[in-house]
Amino acid sequence: MQTDWQPTCSVDLLHLRARVLGQIRGFFAGRGVLEVETPLLGQGIGTDPQLAFFSTRYESPPNQHTLFLQTSPEFAMKRLLAAGSGSIYQICKAFRNGESGRFHNPEFTLLEWYRLDFGLPQLMAEVDDLISLLFADYGLQATQRLSYQDVFRKHTGLDPLVFSYPEYCAYAVAEGLPEAVAICAGDAVLWQDFLFSHKVQPYLGDNALCMVYGYPACQSSLARISPENPRVAERVELFIKGVELGNGYYELTDAAEQARRFNDELSIRQQRNQPAVAKDGRLLAALSAGLPDCSGIAIGLDRLLMLLSASASITDVLSFPIHRA
Amino acid sequence: MAVYSTNEFKSGLKVMLDNDPCAIIENEFVKPGKGQAFNRVKIRNLKTGRVIERTFKSGESLEGADVVDVEMQYLYNDGEFRHFMVQDTFEQYQADSKIVGDASQWLKDQDSCTVTLWNDSPLAVTPANFVELAIVETDPGVRGDTSGGGGKPAKLETGAVVRVPLFVQTGEVIKVDTRTSEYISRVKE
Repeated sequence: MQTDWQPTCSVDLLHLRARVLGQIRGFFAGRGVLEVETPLLGQGIGTDPQLAFFSTRYESPPNQHTLFLQTSPEFAMKRLLAAGSGSIYQICKAFRNGESGRFHNPEFTLLEWYRLDFGLPQLMAEVDDLISLLFADYGLQATQRLSYQDVFRKHTGLDPLVFSYPEYCAYAVAEGLPEAVAICAGDAVLWQDFLFSHKVQPYLGDNALCMVYGYPACQSSLARISPENPRVAERVELFIKGVELGNGYYELTDAAEQARRFNDELSIRQQRNQPAVAKDGRLLAALSAGLPDCSGIAIGLDRLLMLLSASASITDVLSFPIHRA
Repeated sequence: MAVYSTNEFKSGLKVMLDNDPCAIIENEFVKPGKGQAFNRVKIRNLKTGRVIERTFKSGESLEGADVVDVEMQYLYNDGEFRHFMVQDTFEQYQADSKIVGDASQWLKDQDSCTVTLWNDSPLAVTPANFVELAIVETDPGVRGDTSGGGGKPAKLETGAVVRVPLFVQTGEVIKVDTRTSEYISRVKE
């Protein structure tokens, strides 16, 4: 008889999750942010070469369509914003193929929200309020706000905005990470990911919320480039105890710029022999119709629960992780 | 030999890294929400015993290493090599002191132990977790001496020195945990 029918989390964790969901809904209700739902199964999907998706076939005889499990609700939520929804939030599942580990499960829960007329600083203030509410009993230290450049420099001595191959290599070798040289070669973004993951992130938010803003423009994703400093993007990431919790943007609203970034990502997918995807035409049409000025952020709720319960693995907070699903 | 991808790097898997056979100890998946996925792997070099950390791009792969643990009987020491035999097949192997290493202080003729073979050659020798060995030398315990409680050193027939309680005497056989070099109990002959 199979013994793995049982959940991997405790009953206490089920209660904690329910309580946190209630707190989040209360938080946004109090601020007049509307809860919405968007499809998990969609015809479009993001082009980000770093995100692998699940696809499935929709049978509608005599036709068949490929549908994708969403890697985040971002595109659909932006279509609601363009349609005049006002500020919105959603708590939903997201799916990322191949991501499994102590902090990853291919199916996970996201809290994602968008605030009209918010710049990044206002969004960061709201994040701070939400985290303070959820961690009220945990005695977190004062929230830290650090620029990517400052924090990268502080921990590595290297400037992330000026890529110097010899300096990066010398640093990696000196730090006992010579494999970085072979893995990253001349790819500045890969170097940033490698060194940030290994030498910066583990030290962020030691018993505090740490918000890192001003990501290098080459890691802009769906964020606007800063008008004051074209080398950085209006993007923020959240860390507590070295765990990456969330990722937010002052949202790109320029349809032409968005289409260009999609094209860049598509050509990277092609170079890497990754599955081809179509640009999400409905998102681009929504941006052309006009996405209101807004900032948005997504927070991984399972990791948040890990921190709230001091759990070592995401399986400790999920009812049935992928190997028991 | 099979090839293993980072997803298959489970604890205990034997792979070739930098031309040496290694065992995976730990494998952590590291991936920024928007960024490259890596696997940070803790790995033991089975030749040197050294543990290192190495990062791989997720999806990279390593060749498997033909490493197996075989239960063998320790036969004898010819001065240069120690000889072992697989009891079922009578197949014999020899290993020099570099390979046998610290295990030598626990090896008694006819006792069984684990020999790790790489491409059918001994790579390492691990004694049984518990061995029973005679004491060849220890100070006579002073009757009634309860001070310290730390016991006294005793030299065993294979050369190992362990701490034993004061009441244990030369000539007695004791049971020892080879992983910690700790005295467990006296053994009645």
